[in-house]
Amino acid sequence: MSADDNLMIANVSRRRFLMGLAGGSALVLAARWDVALGGNEQAQFGAGAMPGGWVDDPNVFIHIDADSLVTIVNNRSEMGQGIRTSLVMVGADELGADWDQVRVEQAEGDHSKYGNQNTDGSRSMRHWYQPMRRAAAAARQMLEQAAANEWGVPVSEVQAGVHTIVHKPSGKELGFGELAAKARELDVPGRNALVLKRDDELRFVGKETGLINGELKSAYPKAIDGDDIVTGKAVYGADVPFDDLLYAVIARPPVYGATVGSVDDTEALKVPGVEKVLKVEGTGQPAGFSPLGGIAVVASNTWAAMEGRKALKIDWDLEAAGDNAGYTSSAYRESLEKAAQKPGKVVRQHGDLDASLENAAKRVSATYYMPHMAQAPMEPPVATVRIKDGKAEVWAPVQNPQATRDTVAGRLDLDAENVTIHVTLLGGGFGRKSKPDFAIEAASIAEAFKGQPIRLQWSREDDIHHAYFHAVSVDYLEAGLDDSGQATGWLHRTLSPSIGSLFAPDPKHKGEFELGMGFNTMPFSVPALRLENPPAPAHVRIGWFRSVYNLPHAWAIQSFAHEMSVAAGKDHRDYVLDLLGPDREIHNLTVGDGWNYGEDPDLYPIDIGRMRNVIERATSEAGWGKSPGKNRGLGLAFHHSFVSYTAIVFDVEVDDQGELTIHRADIAFDCGPQANPERIRSQLEGAIVMGIGIALQSEVTFEDGVAQQGNFDKFLIPRMPDAPKTLRVHLVDNPDEAMGGVGEPGLPPVAPALCNAIYAATGKRIRRLPVGDQLKS
Amino acid sequence: MATLTINGERYELDLPDNMPLLWVIRDVVGLTGTKFGCGMSQCGACTVHLNGTAIRSCVTPVSAASGEITTIEAMADDPVGSKVQQAWLDLGVAQCGYCQGGQIMNATALLKKTPNPETGEIVDAMAGNLCRCGTYNRILAAIERASGKEGEA
Repeated sequence: MSADDNLMIANVSRRRFLMGLAGGSALVLAARWDVALGGNEQAQFGAGAMPGGWVDDPNVFIHIDADSLVTIVNNRSEMGQGIRTSLVMVGADELGADWDQVRVEQAEGDHSKYGNQNTDGSRSMRHWYQPMRRAAAAARQMLEQAAANEWGVPVSEVQAGVHTIVHKPSGKELGFGELAAKARELDVPGRNALVLKRDDELRFVGKETGLINGELKSAYPKAIDGDDIVTGKAVYGADVPFDDLLYAVIARPPVYGATVGSVDDTEALKVPGVEKVLKVEGTGQPAGFSPLGGIAVVASNTWAAMEGRKALKIDWDLEAAGDNAGYTSSAYRESLEKAAQKPGKVVRQHGDLDASLENAAKRVSATYYMPHMAQAPMEPPVATVRIKDGKAEVWAPVQNPQATRDTVAGRLDLDAENVTIHVTLLGGGFGRKSKPDFAIEAASIAEAFKGQPIRLQWSREDDIHHAYFHAVSVDYLEAGLDDSGQATGWLHRTLSPSIGSLFAPDPKHKGEFELGMGFNTMPFSVPALRLENPPAPAHVRIGWFRSVYNLPHAWAIQSFAHEMSVAAGKDHRDYVLDLLGPDREIHNLTVGDGWNYGEDPDLYPIDIGRMRNVIERATSEAGWGKSPGKNRGLGLAFHHSFVSYTAIVFDVEVDDQGELTIHRADIAFDCGPQANPERIRSQLEGAIVMGIGIALQSEVTFEDGVAQQGNFDKFLIPRMPDAPKTLRVHLVDNPDEAMGGVGEPGLPPVAPALCNAIYAATGKRIRRLPVGDQLKS
Repeated sequence: MATLTINGERYELDLPDNMPLLWVIRDVVGLTGTKFGCGMSQCGACTVHLNGTAIRSCVTPVSAASGEITTIEAMADDPVGSKVQQAWLDLGVAQCGYCQGGQIMNATALLKKTPNPETGEIVDAMAGNLCRCGTYNRILAAIERASGKEGEA
């Protein structure tokens, strides 16, 4: 076994030891309980390692008023993952609250009070499940103590029921509301004194509700924002009412880095409703979260502002854009494909790869391409800012409210304490709203209208032309197979511009967290291996897109593993199970990854047994092995990301005209403990549909630095006819593991599984995304 | 001067004829349940009813909006609309929810015209309404539920 394969094969893993130590089934979920109970409260991994860390003070998160209404503060941004329901449900369950008497309050952006709020990286439930349990348990124990004091009985004789505290021997009861004032005066119990509910005492957590694979189990507990959403009352970024609101749009430079040369606003100012035209300063490259700069038009309504913008005459100065002004996607792709043929920076290797390839009975190689994409949340970026008396208030759909606060404060030269961030509902995020540039833009405009709220609205064209684009990628893979088809060598070169280019001079190489997204953490067991990262420059703003670099890595690796199985003449599932090697736990440090999604490698190793399990589950549910019929095929892919495990099988048909029908998708998923299975299912269903778009439709291309798609007529995303006719989610019940992410890990294996299914149906190999009309030729 | 009837209320408004109904509803009248998504009739987030027919308010000039305009805010009082809303809640359709007002408006208009649509009719009728969260399978199941037909999700 090579040095690289010095894998951590732990028979008794540390987390199982910890569980035994902690005892009690409820504590099984407490992956970081050891840290929580010890002196080292904020750790180097997990929630404790995030800016602001975690907070579990019940006085911050839970309020009960005299008429028994329970208010639970949600500190994470709601963008469709259901955190306002799920996290509040966790607190309500531990507290013993009646769901109908619970409301949610959205926290303002403030890490110092609410802990980390950066809603990104599939971390919300993974990092906040335990602090919320503890906060609610502390609140419940304070209510129990208050009741015991009231009755003059030992606290051991009282217990929380549902929204009530019961004296067990006598059956006496006091409601939460009756006890709230007295409970609030008590000291918060120490973490060592907290007793979390046992699994069998929980009413919501981990319970399957709602629609399960086409069957309605039960609709309880209902979604916090459900009623408001279906009646049009839900408040998103552009929906906060003001009496004296002005509306703004900005004309931004068409090329990244370009600046305003000259502007003629004569005609714009004649548009009825237009009140003012002003310059918004950009900060050049790298842009970071800062505005791109441009000309703002402020008007009495959004449409007038848009009409005014159309009437502006602007000469853009392309000089500062440098070679971004020559950025053309087709040429760039060719340049990366060429670079992929040459050795690059080695990020992981073991064995003698060159010899293994030379001596191979068969060699397989392929180059895969994934284009730029825009996140394109249905709600385009929008923010409202009012500056008054040296203070700024921001109402915006932001994923990272503290970064919004800090950057707006920086732009306005205010202390962060004088900036308040009101987080509205997000009409989708997908990484776009991790960047608060639009709030900074709104703040810049609002400076010219002191005391008056300014709403900056992005159009769809603004959103797609000026996205923080998903990195375009080229991946080259080569494998050597022996006589039996077994892999002896594996070469993978990955090329993408780095998100690092957004914040610093272009590193041209992927950073640790980018490589750690399924590239150097590739789980296959091969005797010789070399992973390289040749350079790729950035010419547009590159940013996080749901699942981020896991997308190209999974796309290339999972497509290539299928190609290898075809070359070996083996069944794809059997082949990859063999390629994965024996069940074992891979420690990230042994594969050159120092990141591990920020999690403790002892608690979150890459577990090949869990990977194998989801593959077996997805394939068996999909009826793998049976003959699917003429023009039909099954395709498999799997991936580990955000410390969770996903496998998916598609059943597709491609008719003689190249028309694709997706009959069915079976996705198997293991995120360890499931807080709210219903919302996990919805996230996976959504990931499948979004992934179908990545496979088939979505692409932003550039000509001379200018994005060629601006709206949903050209930047295509799935519509109802594109969704699988049948969609099945298979959750692996795995409560003994540490909790994994949910929002992102469903997405990476979707595109390769779909293209593998297309191959099975047609014999046509897709190596360039999107598929577009490639099946018609 | 435009005279509009929105959710039964009459509005006399001094507006340019070519101003899209969407921005009148949102910025002038102040009903924010109708959403901006694309501005070119590509996504359906702005769907409202004009005399019972689903229209895209982002490309409908206010001058062409004569008749009864109904928005998502009035659907709770509509017998078909409220049924659709309930099906949406029962099946937990919404993720971010931003497009769902438009989806419900489009679905309600469909069921008013075709109370028992075939699955293919639903898919065709809903093809103009985008959902970036990808809730289509649940939307389809909810429309079938609202029409009294329990379909597979």
